[in-house]
Amino acid sequence: MNAFPLVRLLPSETQFQFIRMRVGAFILSLFLVLGSVGAFFTFGLNLGIDFRGGTAIALTTAPEPADLGQIRTALAELNLGDVQVQEFGGPSDVLVRVAMVDVETAARVSGETVEDFEAAQQAARRAVQAVLNDTLTSVEYLSVEVVGPQVSGELIVAGTTAVIVALVLMLLYIWFRFEWQFSVGAVLALIHDVILTIGFFAVTQLEFNLPTIAAILTIVGYSMNDTVVVYDRIREMFRKYKTRPTVEVLDLAINATLSRTILTSGTTLVAIVAMAVIGGPALEVFALAMIWGVAIGTYSSIFVAAPLLTLTGVKRESGEEGGALAP
Amino acid sequence: MLYFPPWKTVLILAVVLIGFVFTLPNFVPESVRHGEDGRAHAPWSFLPNQTVNLGLDLQGGSHLVFQVDLDEVRQERLNNLQDDVRILFRGTPPILTSGQPAVIDSQIVVRLSDPEDMARALRRLDDINDRVTGTGGQAGTARTLDIRDSGDGRTITIDISEAELDSIRRRTVQQSISIIRRRIDGMGTTEPVIARQGDDRVLVQVPGESDPQRIIELVGTTARMTFHMVESGVDLGPDCRGRTPPGIGAYPTDEPSEPCLAVQRRALVTGEQLTNAGQSFDENGQPVVAFTFNQSGARAFGEATQRNIGRRFAVVLDDVIITAPVIRSAILGGSGIIQGNFTVRSATDLATMIGAGALPARLAPIEERTVGASQGQDSIERGQIAILIGFGLVIVFMWLAYGYFGIVSTAALITNVFLLLGALSGLQATLTLPGIAGIVLTIGMAVDANVLIYERIREEWRNGRTLASAIENGYNHALSAILDANITTFIAAAVLYMMGAGPVRGFAVTLGIGILTSVFTAFVLSRLLIATWLRFGRPKKLAM
Repeated sequence: MNAFPLVRLLPSETQFQFIRMRVGAFILSLFLVLGSVGAFFTFGLNLGIDFRGGTAIALTTAPEPADLGQIRTALAELNLGDVQVQEFGGPSDVLVRVAMVDVETAARVSGETVEDFEAAQQAARRAVQAVLNDTLTSVEYLSVEVVGPQVSGELIVAGTTAVIVALVLMLLYIWFRFEWQFSVGAVLALIHDVILTIGFFAVTQLEFNLPTIAAILTIVGYSMNDTVVVYDRIREMFRKYKTRPTVEVLDLAINATLSRTILTSGTTLVAIVAMAVIGGPALEVFALAMIWGVAIGTYSSIFVAAPLLTLTGVKRESGEEGGALAP
Repeated sequence: MLYFPPWKTVLILAVVLIGFVFTLPNFVPESVRHGEDGRAHAPWSFLPNQTVNLGLDLQGGSHLVFQVDLDEVRQERLNNLQDDVRILFRGTPPILTSGQPAVIDSQIVVRLSDPEDMARALRRLDDINDRVTGTGGQAGTARTLDIRDSGDGRTITIDISEAELDSIRRRTVQQSISIIRRRIDGMGTTEPVIARQGDDRVLVQVPGESDPQRIIELVGTTARMTFHMVESGVDLGPDCRGRTPPGIGAYPTDEPSEPCLAVQRRALVTGEQLTNAGQSFDENGQPVVAFTFNQSGARAFGEATQRNIGRRFAVVLDDVIITAPVIRSAILGGSGIIQGNFTVRSATDLATMIGAGALPARLAPIEERTVGASQGQDSIERGQIAILIGFGLVIVFMWLAYGYFGIVSTAALITNVFLLLGALSGLQATLTLPGIAGIVLTIGMAVDANVLIYERIREEWRNGRTLASAIENGYNHALSAILDANITTFIAAAVLYMMGAGPVRGFAVTLGIGILTSVFTAFVLSRLLIATWLRFGRPKKLAM
């Protein structure tokens, strides 16, 4: 009847003993979490303009290829401090990033009267663009961004608040829908995912910007989605098999949802990989973060969130009513 | 769960149809929908005719955030108040003070010579303590000033009250916005966005403008223009620091050969007395700013020029002299031109600014993001390809995994994308680059609900149920997981929407709408399709 190969690839009934691997998984997770924290403090994050402030200019010298050395030399003469010149996308596309400059430096390079720290960033941008216009024979600005100290400070606060608020709301929702043991497990798994994602950015030194916060929150949502599906099945199985040991029931539930977990991760990954490959430099970082996030989100639902229930001590004879949804 | 009464079927199909109708304008070129005169052709004249609203990062343009400098406004208010108090105490009978009222740390401090005068002084000050003007111009209950006897019996402190500061802030920002709007409109751009952001910020978005510097100059220039007489007898010295007699000030010029001039502080005429300003050319073909005074301005300017033929007057813009011509004859007609080092564009911009009026406060840019039009176009094209390929791959994946049921989920997925685009068009939400990422992600994640259901159906079928009962149970058992899973993702999207700004908010919008549409298509529409198949196809086996 069925000629579709993938169905055969995924066995319909699996009996992996995931929970037995929990000690190994906890050690691996602990290692990854400590590694991420270590990487964060050792390498730090490559904060983008949204959080660090300053100037970011994307330009193209098309049709000629860009001479990065020439641009670096010309900008070095301004003596602006921290200036990065790098290729992005094609061979004639250049990204110039300038860290925030102080009032004196800005006044010196622009020859203007600079009133304050905010105005200094604008003046620095004008000076850099003037040099670029003089140095390059053909230049088209793809995008120019200047973020002052006030706004970047506020974005750091807003980004951090967003992640924390989302975690707390999810904790509350799961607590409301399940029991507190579940919500503790789910949120620990989420914190695990967030730390690992930050570790990913610390190790790869990919630019950490406002869309990265969006990626982290989406990863949180995705991972939660996965965890909820597994938890939902665990709760159902607890009701169905009142006498079987907890570890066995957890394994049953994870196995029952396994093909769904793989298929959904598969379709999501397929879509994101398409975005990473085709979306261009602007979507690339976002897509890479999401690929990592889907992978660890799937891992954490199976190997962190579910086994944590053996530690938090779920009550089996739960009074929770599934209503019409109970079998 | 598999029985659909006719009204339900009609309702579901109606939702799909409405989504489709709202999406349609995005796929029909502008030239087909509208005639040359910009009017909509049938059927677009009565059907929804809005396309997805593209964010600045996709259509190109400038996004700037300005901070309104309220400290300056407050300082000015205090200085005026200081004068008011002095004049008030000079009235009959005078109240003597030791020293002049002084502005110290944003309050005014008055020391009375005689403590006996305290009650009288407070009563008199009460006269200038007006009620705060509300947003609608009506008088509120709160007072503008906090006038206090500071306790030692002879010192009075006067603060501007919180309510008044709040009112000043609102009025200043409001006035700034309407003046900025007039100035930006003068640039002739299409659909600029000028809006308040937070308490004391103004957001300016100009689609299609790739030169943020021009907007910074248009918005960041206060454009307070005044005309003053030049005092030729005062020697300011080479560094412009020479002493000036009272009532005379040294103003800088932008002319290196004559770095400053001594002018009378009192203005002959101010920019408020102008009715009209525009760019024009002088007899040498140089760009100039032409202006017309109103009646009082014309009279004042006419009299002053008549009395001072042969002397110079200065045109001062934001404390800088832009030109100081010699008066050759009386200018009685009420109109004139300003010559200076102008280009056509700078003359046009200056005319726009003085025509729109001076800003009530200084506005400084604190955030600036500009995207070139070609970059935006490139992002759209890449985004479209990413959506199509992601879409194709997910469909192939679903067919491989579920056979016939995969086709059902394809139909659900296509409808989902239509509903999502239709909702974005209908709500006129802004689609940004991260928003495109949200669509791609939605496509990947939307099949989750289908997968959950199909896996459950398979399980039930394996447990020996009949096909109809397996499908029925599959839907029932998957519902709670689908709801919980989607609500948690929706929470993440909602938090992003509330905390995020600009492009990130666009992502939250597409993600949030995508969740709603995918639950509808997966749980409602696909169920209808499968129920129809069961009813008419009468299959006996599970074909997946």
